[in-house]
Amino acid sequence: MPSTRLHIRRGGPGEAPRHDVFDLSFEPGESILDALRRLRISADPTLAFRYACLNANACKECMMLLDGKVIYACTARLEARDMRLDPLPNKPLLRDLATAIAPPDERLD
Amino acid sequence: MLAAIEATRHGAGSVLLLDRSLIGRGGATVMAQMTVAAAVGPGDHWQYHLADTLAAGRGLCDPELAALLCRVGAECILEMDDWKVGWARQGNGFAQVQAPGHDRARCVYVDFLSTGPAVSRTLRTQLQRQGEGIRRLGEILVTDLVVQNGTVTGAVALNVATGQPITIAAPATIIATGGLTRLYARNSASANMSGDGYALAARAGARLIDMEFVQFFPIGHLAPRLIGMDPIMWDPFRYKLGGRLLNGAMQEFVERWGGDAEDGTYSTTRDLATYAITKEVEAGRGSPNGGAWLSFTHVPEATLRAAFGPVIDRLAANGIDLTRDCIEVSPIAHYHMGGIRVDPRMRTDLPGLLAAGEAVGGANGANRLSGNAITEALAFGRIAGAEAARIAALPAPAFNPAAAAPALALLSSTASMRNIAALVARLQHLMAQHVGPFRTAAGLNQASTALAALAAELGTAPPGTPGIPHDLNRQDWLDLRQMLLVAEAVIIGAIARTESRGAHQREDFPALSPAWERNLLLRLPAGATHLELA
Repeated sequence: MPSTRLHIRRGGPGEAPRHDVFDLSFEPGESILDALRRLRISADPTLAFRYACLNANACKECMMLLDGKVIYACTARLEARDMRLDPLPNKPLLRDLATAIAPPDERLD
Repeated sequence: MLAAIEATRHGAGSVLLLDRSLIGRGGATVMAQMTVAAAVGPGDHWQYHLADTLAAGRGLCDPELAALLCRVGAECILEMDDWKVGWARQGNGFAQVQAPGHDRARCVYVDFLSTGPAVSRTLRTQLQRQGEGIRRLGEILVTDLVVQNGTVTGAVALNVATGQPITIAAPATIIATGGLTRLYARNSASANMSGDGYALAARAGARLIDMEFVQFFPIGHLAPRLIGMDPIMWDPFRYKLGGRLLNGAMQEFVERWGGDAEDGTYSTTRDLATYAITKEVEAGRGSPNGGAWLSFTHVPEATLRAAFGPVIDRLAANGIDLTRDCIEVSPIAHYHMGGIRVDPRMRTDLPGLLAAGEAVGGANGANRLSGNAITEALAFGRIAGAEAARIAALPAPAFNPAAAAPALALLSSTASMRNIAALVARLQHLMAQHVGPFRTAAGLNQASTALAALAAELGTAPPGTPGIPHDLNRQDWLDLRQMLLVAEAVIIGAIARTESRGAHQREDFPALSPAWERNLLLRLPAGATHLELA
């Protein structure tokens, strides 16, 4: 099985940015969302990211940055290399990779 | 969403639509790439649709609810057409395909594999057209209902974005939270489907019905890894193109387990196909990853392209060429026939509390007919919305904050950090192992014991501290609290029903028993922590 090294941005608004590093092996074809969900079970249940539809690319919630480019975590595949994940830069940060993406009139702040 | 629209259309001045996820983007509807059954074709009638629905339900459908599904559902499908959902056309009418269990081509759809997203988008647009009357709030996870002297007066919820608790006062509350597929390791719905609605209703004191009937979709995608697609996408492929279901030795096998030869058509009902695949795998004749092969290799590429256009390219991006490759499929948790017991106006046992959609139990009996889920969501949403508006106009008890205090205290409590995601995964695996489509007393009792151990590990308060934005571990705790109650309901029903019927197959009681042509009801007695048969 190939393995990947994920550098994941952690913390909330106002905290000094840091990237935690996670190494994990994967089956070819698996997505970044597959890896994040697995990490919550095996390594760190506090890791925050958004998703609802489980890899169907229907809910469009799992947008984030991979190496600086906007992707859907559910359709971006894992690769056997260092991969850096960051939250969307143009949305208010909630925590880790999760940002406030709901339309403003559908939020209770 | 339709319930909120309908409540407004019936004069409700102030509607609050809450979703634990983003409005119109979570739940099951948005995931549905398949078809919707409605008697809207020439020569069809909702009573023919009803006859098929009742037959599929194996004697357990609530006939009134099933009739509403078929009659009101057809009206809703036409209204969705007025709202430009984009049902595929053929000639002057709708393009309709024949799904297993229907007596004719009755299922409308939106090309290509876009039915669910189109339905969700259309309802969202109509919601927004209602203007100020409907306030929409996403990322609100309702954790308990507020009950005063047996009447539901509101709810307590977690604001996911802030981690803070909130209370909501309401003269009428509709639960439309969908089903329980997240209880199973392999499932076809979104992460939101934790059975929250069943648990909310049961904790408030309402009865649940038919909880033992979980529908497994027989040909959920198994391998190779396919991303960006709904795992039940092969269903519409089979509607349009037939396809061949084959064992590990590339032989057809449905006949061996009581089915009729398909001859390249799609005619085997879901419960039978699930049975045939599982038994074939048990007999050592499964595909390499423990399922069956599905083959369209006999279908010319031009036909594939005409039927599914851009989807063929998405498959190519996943390395799948259907003219060359078979794919592996196996049963996957898909839908729940059981749910909250309601009357034909969608009222639960408790004044002030209604239910709609998959959260409602009873309409589909022991087995749901293909295509009935979105029809049900629309029909029951419409009825519940109108009824809620009527109830909201009547005098209601004033909201008493003291009644919300225990539920608020739970959300404000703190506890040591534990990995709840791992506990959820454990529940999903034990449900898949012992409470799947095929059950035995021994397996169910093992599941029951394992559930008690999980409950002990869950403890009485969520891990960490309140007030952390998007705290998935605390959310998992709140979900698991509900999931354990719902899992218990499924297991109690499955142990009690000592026969095999539809989606509930007991290997130790393989025959259908006429004495069991009745529904099982469950309730959580006041102050109790375990459900009992009602």
